[in-house]
Amino acid sequence: MSDDTFVEETSEGAQELRPRASTPPVEIEREIGSVLRLPEGHHVDVSDIDIERPDDETMIINMGPQHPSTHGVLRLMMELDGETVLRTKPVIGYLHTGMEKTGEELTYQQGATNVTRMDYLSPLNNELVFSLATEALLGIEIPPRAVWIRMLLSELQRVSSHLMWTATNGMDVGSTTMMIFGFREREMLLAFFEKTTGLRMNHNFIRPGGTAADLPDGWEDDIDLICENVALRLDDYDQLLTGQPIFHRRMDGVGALDADEALALSATGPILRSTGIPWDLRRTLPYLAYDQVDFDVIVGTYGDNFDRYAIRLNEIRESIKIIRQVVERMPLGDYRVQDKKVTPPPRARIDESMEALIHHFKVFTEGYKVPEGEVYVAVESPRGELGCYMVSDGSAKPYRMHIRAPSFVNLQSLPVMLRGGMMADAVATISSVDPVMGEVDR
Amino acid sequence: MSGDTEIDPGDPGAVSAPGPLPPAGVPTARSTGGQEVVFPDRSRYHEVVAAYRDGGFEMLSDLCATDYLTHPGRVLPDGVVPERFEVVVELLSLSARRRVRVRVQVAESDLVIDSLFDLFAGAEAMEREVFDMFGIRFDGHPDLTRILMPEDWEGFPLRKDYGVGRVPVQFKEAPGPR
Repeated sequence: MSDDTFVEETSEGAQELRPRASTPPVEIEREIGSVLRLPEGHHVDVSDIDIERPDDETMIINMGPQHPSTHGVLRLMMELDGETVLRTKPVIGYLHTGMEKTGEELTYQQGATNVTRMDYLSPLNNELVFSLATEALLGIEIPPRAVWIRMLLSELQRVSSHLMWTATNGMDVGSTTMMIFGFREREMLLAFFEKTTGLRMNHNFIRPGGTAADLPDGWEDDIDLICENVALRLDDYDQLLTGQPIFHRRMDGVGALDADEALALSATGPILRSTGIPWDLRRTLPYLAYDQVDFDVIVGTYGDNFDRYAIRLNEIRESIKIIRQVVERMPLGDYRVQDKKVTPPPRARIDESMEALIHHFKVFTEGYKVPEGEVYVAVESPRGELGCYMVSDGSAKPYRMHIRAPSFVNLQSLPVMLRGGMMADAVATISSVDPVMGEVDR
Repeated sequence: MSGDTEIDPGDPGAVSAPGPLPPAGVPTARSTGGQEVVFPDRSRYHEVVAAYRDGGFEMLSDLCATDYLTHPGRVLPDGVVPERFEVVVELLSLSARRRVRVRVQVAESDLVIDSLFDLFAGAEAMEREVFDMFGIRFDGHPDLTRILMPEDWEGFPLRKDYGVGRVPVQFKEAPGPR
């Protein structure tokens, strides 16, 4: 295939990073920092940078969309001078399946099945934010047991997501041992999810009105085992990575971001906290019953890759702390609201009551009507602020369902982190942003 | 880290009240759940968001749009003329732990609105997504191109008059794609 045909067939047009010669100077100046750019005042002064080179000495290369370290179909276009990254532009959309549009075609009852597929590493959080938004529009209060079950699952999900991150991050800096470790521990959590929800991923367990079922018998013992094991293994990770000089040299000071940049770029979650801003929605704008449990918000100092690693590792410890409190204080009672409009009848009733059968049929075919209104709710997902803006026109389907995906927004800070760094470090930095492409592209 | 972004999550005493907000003459309402919503004119949109940013709303947490083509009778405060499109901005104050929503009406005949890029760099990708999905153009955006859809895509998928895709089914008389 000739070069021209190749470019023609793979080109995304103006979405791509263009050579300097065909980019206006103002844009270049902005693009030095990032291509999802920083505004004036934040942008770097071109004359300050000694990595400037004439155009014919730099090259623009593609990393992805199928590069193993990009964690999915993320494509980064990088302008390189030797091994130094000058400019980066993420090109996204390869996994776009129009889930927000699909959400408008599904009833509130079915909607959780859709959103759970967005962030496939923490599906329960997606269901949670969707359910909270629907409940806010309905104006219903869910029973305390449902709240605490949700909290338990949400924290277990955070542990599993962060373990997965530790594993892939280990892989990206060259520690295959860490990868095996991370996946091994995550398996325990997935087994618990399977026992509870029936599925390892995409659970559709947290639904508007509560949860789909109660926790299985003996769940306390399972959780105890998980907490004990994970806590022990975390100490192993500390031995393997945290104090290890090679790991430090790969992570310290790489991909640094400061607090002003993080705020300007709307970065949330571990990225924002790594810059020293103690912002965690569980603490600052509590939802569920997070104001009743005791935990610490982990904060970094330098905003570099090591801080983000340390934050995630310690957040697992904090989550375990929360999980232990939830096990101790789990209230008894219903696991879903007994509002007949929202809740289908128990499965056993369908066999004996005609009304229950009709009711069941109506809930699952027509859904329930939700009063007019609009609402924005946000929860702290493992990746940051996961928000749901929902508009209802009074029918059984959301008029507009927008998910504020933390990965999508956090990806904007990647070009700033990569600026002036080495190509080889880019891999570690991409992983420290923790993008989940299902959520980025939706 | 700079001094003005410093907050302490454990101490409610650190919460400080923002300035005289909302700016005078901007209709306000409460949304479901009690969150404050302001409805500035398209001409005052940028100015109002700037006032909020200076008043302690340090972060733009979300920017999206809604197409009200099939739901024109929505509830709006007095003085706000409903238009087909609405740009919805979610601002967050870390210091006051408050959210405010800005809803701006954008007429179908003139789909241009000021970009917030010069106030919040984080608006970049979100505005591109709105442009991609609704075709609303942002004046002052440095790189307004499609972000999720392919560059040569026709139409704006999240508009209400844009059909839902279908998988063609090989049955007799089944509806074709789109």
